[in-house]
Amino acid sequence: MKNILQFLERTAQKYPDKIAYADIERSVTFSEFVKECKAVASKILERNIENKAIAVFDNRDVNTLVGMFGAIYSGNHYVVIDSHSPADRIQKIYDVAEPVYALIEEQNLELANQLSGKCQNLDITKLLDHKIEEEKLARVRERSVSTDLAYILFTSGSTGAPKGTAVSHLSVITYMEWYTTALGVSEKTIFGSQTSFYFSASVSDTYSVLFVGATLHIIPKSYFAFPIKLVEFLNERKVNMLYWVPSALCIIANTKLFDYAKPEYIEKVVFIGEVMPNKQLNYWRRNLPNVMYANLFGPTETVDICTYYIIDRPFRDDEALPIGKPCDNVDAFILDENNKKITEVGKVGELVIRSPFVAYGYFRNKEKTDLAFVQNPLHNDYPEIVYRTGDLVKLNEHGEFDYAGRKDFQIKHMGYRIELGEIETNASAIENVNIVVCLYDKDEDKIVMIYQGRAKEDFVLEQIRKKVPAYMEPNILIKVSQMPFNQNGKIDRAYLNKNYKEYLK
Amino acid sequence: MNELLEILNTIKPGVDFEKADNLVEGGILASFDILRLVNELNNEFDIEITPLHIIPENFKNAKAIWALVQKLQDED
Repeated sequence: MKNILQFLERTAQKYPDKIAYADIERSVTFSEFVKECKAVASKILERNIENKAIAVFDNRDVNTLVGMFGAIYSGNHYVVIDSHSPADRIQKIYDVAEPVYALIEEQNLELANQLSGKCQNLDITKLLDHKIEEEKLARVRERSVSTDLAYILFTSGSTGAPKGTAVSHLSVITYMEWYTTALGVSEKTIFGSQTSFYFSASVSDTYSVLFVGATLHIIPKSYFAFPIKLVEFLNERKVNMLYWVPSALCIIANTKLFDYAKPEYIEKVVFIGEVMPNKQLNYWRRNLPNVMYANLFGPTETVDICTYYIIDRPFRDDEALPIGKPCDNVDAFILDENNKKITEVGKVGELVIRSPFVAYGYFRNKEKTDLAFVQNPLHNDYPEIVYRTGDLVKLNEHGEFDYAGRKDFQIKHMGYRIELGEIETNASAIENVNIVVCLYDKDEDKIVMIYQGRAKEDFVLEQIRKKVPAYMEPNILIKVSQMPFNQNGKIDRAYLNKNYKEYLK
Repeated sequence: MNELLEILNTIKPGVDFEKADNLVEGGILASFDILRLVNELNNEFDIEITPLHIIPENFKNAKAIWALVQKLQDED
């Protein structure tokens, strides 16, 4: 099959009346979902566009998903927009992707109207009953090829502009083959979805629903603050698989939630996006011993995942979990600084991925694409693009990969991949901020911003909030009269990393 | 109370917590902020806030949070 939607249609034929997606307001069966997506697509098709970007505002509801797959039905690709992001940042995404339409709901209208460009806003709730143009849709399908883009997913970029990873149908289809098989996702699987749809982790649970006929319940963000409510929701919806970022799983461990309430149906717990600490994982393992736990690892550039480890042995609280072995249909290897393959245990190098999971590169950003998507350094016999992850790893004695950090300044904070450079670049644009440095205090999981200039702290925070999403806001802001410099005349980041707390006194 | 305000300010700088009255509903404290706050309160005041206490009413403003802290301190 060449198109993601063929998998959806196969599933809809097999299980027409089974629930596909649900939020707290409503749910859709597979056949209803197909119908609604086609209705939205038919509206888009009123204009003769193909292989263009359609922006979809993420409202964490079923409509968002209808928008995403409706865009694909129309022969275009979608770009999910964080609807809590400042207009400034969304504008940067618009400038790169140039969406023709934005699928929004009423609550997004004010924000969407602040954006400039040729994008036309469509209220998705008014399109769900639109007349379906079966013939036009059939022609779109005929023309489609598996190398068409399915979506562009934007992540933080160090120059201050977000980077859009362009992913094809083919990559998602081959990825799904591995995902559903390795983790045993089937029509019996009921996901409790935690991750935002603008985050690559959501691709795995969202798409696997379409591929195998599973069900996905969207958990409202606020439930993660109030854990009892969260467990009630999981039990009410009979959720049996969690595909969550570790921060969300840690909430449950840190509040010792299982002393008060227990999820009754959980069979699989999978974590992605950042390092899962064993201290909190051991709490889960002690309380829910019969659950399958898996640690998955990968970037947006390989759809979602490239290596994985299904937990099969005990770990002490102070040990790190391995990121495991390559997924089926992935070749993952380690290169040293001279691009020579590392095969010895314990030697650190960069993780490089060879696989159909690998994306095309960054949308309209050749410079960044050429740095990471490169000819396989191990041969020059034919063109073969591999992805340099920028992640440092080493082999352990079990033949698994252990994670050893980022090659550049990119960090993981609250499950999001953030380049500190993007925050710095945005902050340095603020009036009366002269020099600015962003650090990441890994022990405390805090972003620290240090700046020199006449601007008042309140003003700097107010301005930065207009430019970056909440998860990129500094947790600690320090104004210094003099930035420290090293002997080369560069800002002394190493000193600040160690001693920034001195300035707090 | 001042200690609490200080903690709130480290979690979410730039908010006037003495006046703010809709921390949860108004989205001033996101879910992760509330849980970070719970950890800090547990450490700072040597109390144990259990999931039973982590309900929106107890976190709607600084006054409610402070009342919770005092209640748990008295229980010890």
